[in-house]
Amino acid sequence: MTAPLLQVDDLHVRFPISGGGLLGRGRRMLHAVNGISFSLAKGECLSIVGESGCGKSTTALSILGLQEPTEGMIRYRGLPLAGPGAPGRMQRAKAVQMVFQDPYASLNPRQSVRSSLAAPLRLHGFTAGSEIDGRIEVMLKNVGLTPEHANRYPHEFSGGQRQRIGIARALILEPEIVVLDEPVSALDVSIRAQIINLLLDLQEKLGLSYLMISHDLSVVEHMSDRVLVMYFGQIVEEGGWREIFEAPAHPYTRRLIAAIPDPEKALNTAELQDCVSDVPQFAGRSFISDGSTAPDVFTAPAPSELVEIGASHKVRLASA
Amino acid sequence: MRLGFNFWLGTGLTALVIFAGVLAPWIAPFDPVLDADLMSSELPPDATFWFGTDAQGRDVYTRILFGAQISLTVGIVSQVINSIIGVTLGMTAGYWGGWWDDLVNGLTNVMLAIPSLIFALAVMAVLGPGLPSLLVALGLTNWSWTCRIARSSTLSLKSQGYVQAAQTLGYGDLRIMFTQILPNMMGPILVMATLGMGSAVLSEAALSFLGLGIQPPFPSWGSMLTDARQLIQLAPWVAIFPGLAIFLSVLGFNLLGDGLRDSLDPHMRTRKP
Amino acid sequence: MTAPLLDIRSLHLGVALGRSAHHPLLKGVSFQIMPGEAYGLVGESGSGKSVTSLAVMGLLKRPLAVSSGEILFKGQNLLTLPKREMRRLRGNRIAMIFQEPMTALNPLSTVGRQIAEMFVLHQDKSWNEAQKLAIDALASVRVPNPDRRAKNYPHQMSGGLRQRVMIAMALACNPDLLIADEPTTALDVTVQAEVLRLIKELCAERGTAVLFISHDLGVIASICQRVGVMYAGCLVEENETRALFDTPRHDYTKGLLGALPRLGSRSQHGRQRLVDIDSIIADRSKLTETRFIAPRGIEGSQP
Ligand SMILES: Nc1ncnc2c1ncn2[C@@H]1O[C@H](COP(=O)(O)OP(=O)(O)OP(=O)(O)O)[C@@H](O)[C@H]1O
Ligand SMILES: Nc1ncnc2c1ncn2[C@@H]1O[C@H](COP(=O)(O)OP(=O)(O)OP(=O)(O)O)[C@@H](O)[C@H]1O
Ligand SMILES: [Mg+2]
Ligand SMILES: [Mg+2]
Repeated sequence: MTAPLLQVDDLHVRFPISGGGLLGRGRRMLHAVNGISFSLAKGECLSIVGESGCGKSTTALSILGLQEPTEGMIRYRGLPLAGPGAPGRMQRAKAVQMVFQDPYASLNPRQSVRSSLAAPLRLHGFTAGSEIDGRIEVMLKNVGLTPEHANRYPHEFSGGQRQRIGIARALILEPEIVVLDEPVSALDVSIRAQIINLLLDLQEKLGLSYLMISHDLSVVEHMSDRVLVMYFGQIVEEGGWREIFEAPAHPYTRRLIAAIPDPEKALNTAELQDCVSDVPQFAGRSFISDGSTAPDVFTAPAPSELVEIGASHKVRLASA
Repeated sequence: MRLGFNFWLGTGLTALVIFAGVLAPWIAPFDPVLDADLMSSELPPDATFWFGTDAQGRDVYTRILFGAQISLTVGIVSQVINSIIGVTLGMTAGYWGGWWDDLVNGLTNVMLAIPSLIFALAVMAVLGPGLPSLLVALGLTNWSWTCRIARSSTLSLKSQGYVQAAQTLGYGDLRIMFTQILPNMMGPILVMATLGMGSAVLSEAALSFLGLGIQPPFPSWGSMLTDARQLIQLAPWVAIFPGLAIFLSVLGFNLLGDGLRDSLDPHMRTRKP
Repeated sequence: MTAPLLDIRSLHLGVALGRSAHHPLLKGVSFQIMPGEAYGLVGESGSGKSVTSLAVMGLLKRPLAVSSGEILFKGQNLLTLPKREMRRLRGNRIAMIFQEPMTALNPLSTVGRQIAEMFVLHQDKSWNEAQKLAIDALASVRVPNPDRRAKNYPHQMSGGLRQRVMIAMALACNPDLLIADEPTTALDVTVQAEVLRLIKELCAERGTAVLFISHDLGVIASICQRVGVMYAGCLVEENETRALFDTPRHDYTKGLLGALPRLGSRSQHGRQRLVDIDSIIADRSKLTETRFIAPRGIEGSQP
């Protein structure tokens, strides 16, 4: 059996928060990520959904090496990606790249498109100018821009075009995994479709694996193969997109789905059906939390485990 | 973006100082040091000596033109040193954080607590008087504000997507600081340096006035004021013109700095749609 | 026949550039809001939705200025109203909720006091009375423990609670018109759903008309009876919500509706390519030339 492309095992991230006391008295730990495990296969799009502050970005940053995990293991093709023995920035850069949420903040206003694409290539050992130019040209075409765009500066582009440049920059080193942190939520509604289509096309064409973070569930349903539902640093439900959207089990997942303002739903059903109340029971075990009250982020969560309730469909239940 | 009257006034005054300093050897009617003539000392302004003459009979106008060279050198060199120190410390402190940040912060606070003239005096006392030590003294004095600005800009730029992107692309820390962060905070740093030139000119005048800066007979606006001390009743022009030169150049640098700051202020710029 | 509560007539508005130059932002926007009606404005970012609402509130700041047109509120032209009168209307008869509640609330004062101030200011209540009314107002927006929460400062509350406080403040004096400019964009989906439901129910209860600005079509569909679509400073299409979603007529509206993945459509029809708005629209500069404004419904405003 081949190892999955990316394997995250029991990832914990805690941040020290200085409390009110003087001299570091009352220093508390904020439990941002509490034991997350998942794997990402080649060519797959895995989405993480959950509310603000539940630790989605922290998880992604750990994978990118921008946040040191407190505990846990991240492996890329079986080799550790964090902790001692981890590869340097250079090798990691060829494995994982990221597309950022805000296309206005994610491009250096003082670098032309060409130089923001050429610099990483030079850094990674490409010296021939013709090869660099060739790669930039191919990449710009891939993301739907023209080679002439290379000499322009970010402020000369619209939000959608900037996001294309951000995608080009993420792909220029030909990584296998691309982390998409809210890739369309900062874009105008009318151009989101173009970026979503582009991301799906590129995934197919280049065999990319996506780890997508989003709170827009309709985008998640459209793009994902598998979905992780996160709630305060833990995965509460995990499954294929069909299981999550058609047979959500955890009350939090149900609340999320019920809350999506969808025009179809709003116009056709008079009242939101209360799918939160008739939650199924699993072997008489209860959920730790139904996601309606915020747990304390300064204590570790109560013991619980992910229980398989169907083929590749898992849900978190209180420990028996 | 519209730049106001003040900005253009500042630019004009600054340009005047630069012209005076750079062109002094060609446009000055006399030699600032050698053309001493006790026969024509303390003459009031007239057609030959536009600003009058001093106790040694040297043309005040000529000495002011040459004094601009000193003021400019002091202003620019000390601010270059200040900016290099401030940016290096502030940027690395903001970027790396941790104990280095604490250390730099502590140092900055100590520097801010010492009156800058006193600090410069102390440095001058160690290095002895003269232009080079004056440059070093003023260069070591005023970097704390630049450092603070560099640090806070770095903190906010550090979380910008393009800096994170550079990290994920494998850039080293120094490369990120110099290619991604520094160019994007040059604006405020430049403003600080321009404003700092004004205070450096003032400090130079003060130190020279105290006899620690430029040594006679070479002219600096501050040392000219020192010489004028006893003459202020008899020949007020000997004091008025250097004083005016200091006032106008400091005003010029400050207006220019303010204008630059306003033009770089994001609130004054229209957001790109 | 009922008279419209708010009647905006061919509003032109722009940025003053120097003495005579003028960059237009709104190019003749007209629409009406009936008493008790929820009217939605959607449209591209930068199309002028927010400046329209600011014009109604009389809050346009230099260099923005109305160049022509009328804004009639209960028959009264707000543009010619003296500043004093306008201040009396604002907060009292016309209220507004902003996108980011943190910036709209005073960080140095408790939320209870800020709500109470509305009663003191507009209804001449004493502070004691107003304080009690403020707690009632907090209860009405379903803030748990309203008497305790009234003593909180804005930063001690979550985003959702803060937005509720904004709503309580806005609805304190039972305004006739509530303007909500993207009130839920900064909130999580679950919180957004609750806040939306709250706005919808409270306004229906009190007969408050709503001008609801959003870029989220789902949100608009769940709140509004009638929707206007803005593009580049023009109202290019207007219709009853149902009709607009079923039969969009303007190209931009069609693009907008097709551009979004719909929940559940993947399981019904498989993954379909989303509509690229640029493939529908050949020439964006011609978009504002055609306009589809559907007449008001039969039971509506037939004269
Ligand atoms: N550097 C940090 N120091 C302290 N706390 C942090 C830090 N980064 C994140 N946190 C905290 O960790 C928690 C998880 O943050 P994270 O950014 O991962 O959330 P998120 O799920 O990405 O939220 P959002 O949807 O708002 O982006 C939050 O409570 C946040 O305040
Ligand atoms: N103070 C101002 N000075 C100059 N231009 C302005 C000013 N305020 C707004 N604009 C311009 O007016 C246009 C309309 O802005 P407005 O804020 O109304 O857009 P919007 O439809 O609310 O967009 P969004 O969906 O992004 O909130 C934009 O092109 C904007 O750049
Ligand atoms: Mg995040
Ligand atoms: Mg707006």
